[in-house]
Amino acid sequence: MELALQATGLKKTFTLSAKQQKLEKTKNKKKVAVNGLSFDAYRGEIFGLLGPNGAGKTTTLRMIATLIRPDEGDITVDGLSVVKDPGGVRGRIGFLTSELKLEDFFTPDYLYDFFSELHGVDPKLRAARKKQLFEQFGIDKFAGVKVANLSTGMKQKASLVISVAHDPDIIIFDEPTNGLDVLTAKVVTDFLLELKERGKTVIVSTHIFSLVEKICDRVGIIIDGKMVACDALAAVCDGKSLEDRFFDLYLANETQRGGAAE
Amino acid sequence: MKNNIFTVMKKELLRFFGDRRMLLAIFLPGVLIYLIYTLMGDAMMSGLMPDEETSYTVQIEELPESVEMLLTASSGGFSYVTVEDPMTAVANQELDLYVVFPADFDAKVAALEVPGVELYYHSASMTSSTAYSLFTSLLDGYESMLANRFDVNADLGKTYDLASAEDTTGMLFSMLMPMLLIMLMFSGCMAVAPESIAGEKERGTIATLLVTPIRRSELAIGKIAALSIISLLSGLCSFFGVLFALPNLMGGEMDGMIDANIYGMSDYAWILGVILTTILVFVSLISILSALAASVKEASSMISPLMILVTLVGLSGMFGTATSTWVYFIPVYNSVQCISGIFSLAYQPAHIVITMVVNCVVAGIFVFVLTKLFNSERVMFKK
Repeated sequence: MELALQATGLKKTFTLSAKQQKLEKTKNKKKVAVNGLSFDAYRGEIFGLLGPNGAGKTTTLRMIATLIRPDEGDITVDGLSVVKDPGGVRGRIGFLTSELKLEDFFTPDYLYDFFSELHGVDPKLRAARKKQLFEQFGIDKFAGVKVANLSTGMKQKASLVISVAHDPDIIIFDEPTNGLDVLTAKVVTDFLLELKERGKTVIVSTHIFSLVEKICDRVGIIIDGKMVACDALAAVCDGKSLEDRFFDLYLANETQRGGAAE
Repeated sequence: MKNNIFTVMKKELLRFFGDRRMLLAIFLPGVLIYLIYTLMGDAMMSGLMPDEETSYTVQIEELPESVEMLLTASSGGFSYVTVEDPMTAVANQELDLYVVFPADFDAKVAALEVPGVELYYHSASMTSSTAYSLFTSLLDGYESMLANRFDVNADLGKTYDLASAEDTTGMLFSMLMPMLLIMLMFSGCMAVAPESIAGEKERGTIATLLVTPIRRSELAIGKIAALSIISLLSGLCSFFGVLFALPNLMGGEMDGMIDANIYGMSDYAWILGVILTTILVFVSLISILSALAASVKEASSMISPLMILVTLVGLSGMFGTATSTWVYFIPVYNSVQCISGIFSLAYQPAHIVITMVVNCVVAGIFVFVLTKLFNSERVMFKK
């Protein structure tokens, strides 16, 4: 198996504001979001990061996307370091999260071209890819409608198409099916499987067990910023359902934490 | 590298030129200034000119022959009436003016006595007070005619004010232009920069840009270049609005003395250079504050104190042009001094060149700071 992405010893700490400290009910000014996380992702597989809210999934993905920098550790994408060559990494990945929005004022058609240009996609190739992707996702009928006037599902589809406009080898999706209706969610998961078929590496973060069971080849379970299990799906499950296995690991972690606190 | 800057610029320009509301915000100030100043000028003019249409009702007792001759000669617009109780009529605003001359007024005047004339009027009534002042000035004119010893500037064919149109225009423009231009330029920049940077941050669209391979410096330069073009257009629109409106505003008092044609192409070229580089400073400064703010609203409240400061600096142009070279190294203040100097046609090109270079260097530093801010996760993803 060819290594596509390697994360080693990732650590990220955030400084909490007074308001955040109140919300988190803590007096600690620092919050460790990711604590010594390591994992590998291989070419042609879908890797799932599974964990409850606040476990550090999004922080990890943001570090891969070079939006934030790890305090310790590094991630290499196709051999390029996110710390040393963030620009190079950004050229090789497609990143999609609900946080990344499209400007309401423009049309999907214009935004697709705009982001393709920023990625340096050849105009001829761009037109062919746009036609194919827009048709596949049913955006072609709405290509000239301003993003502001699109439905939530159509917005999400436009974002997805635009995030892969440069045909990246590594695609990172934060909660890919969140907030989507069943039909759109199916289109998205089918697309992820299609990307995998084409030899791309897909990394998704989610807290939905069924999604992981359905599409992921390998899975990493994150609890409290730490990787508690990371292997092929079957190996992680070890004969149980993923959900049961997750709660086993979760309880074990809680007990360990309780023990450490005492 | 160039390509990415160009792509970002194109998007920003499309964003603003495709939006009617934004276009209004950019070009309205210039158009409004022209309209408002012209209307104000018209209003002042018509206030100064006597209205030919209005006629004033007057009742005069014992009208002497001499005054009757004067009244016939003048085009005062008085119509003479006789009412039963003139005092009450004036009080009720039914009569504009009630004039009582003493009997044998002319004889008393000839005998060098000082006869008294009584004029009853109503100060709260526009027509009555106008009639009163018209009649008073008529009588005053007659009085000074009687006691004429010498004349001041009596030859109507001669021009006594030796200031040329250039001097008057220069004085007026160099006093008003710096503050007006600086304020209009600043508000032009304020209309676009927070929307483009804090707005994109607030809506989460800037993060979408930040995950593309574009360099932060390309994004900063592309944005500032596009915002500067838009602000420059807005600034120029305001500039011509003021330039054409000032003669209209002052027309009432100094007819023919204010003429914007006194400035040549080179003067305009210098002005354009100063405006452009000042806008670069403003746009990059406002962009930095917008990048630090979490929302357009926060950006606006951060920029407001700066607006007051800039206005104060603009006011300094009222007090003449600085001659010492070092002041031209202070950004914004140097622009004010240059604008004041160019409009009074008393400027040293070297000062303007220093100003433009200093402004460009300052804008360059600000672009560098903005690049750093785009790179900072704490600034860009602050909640």
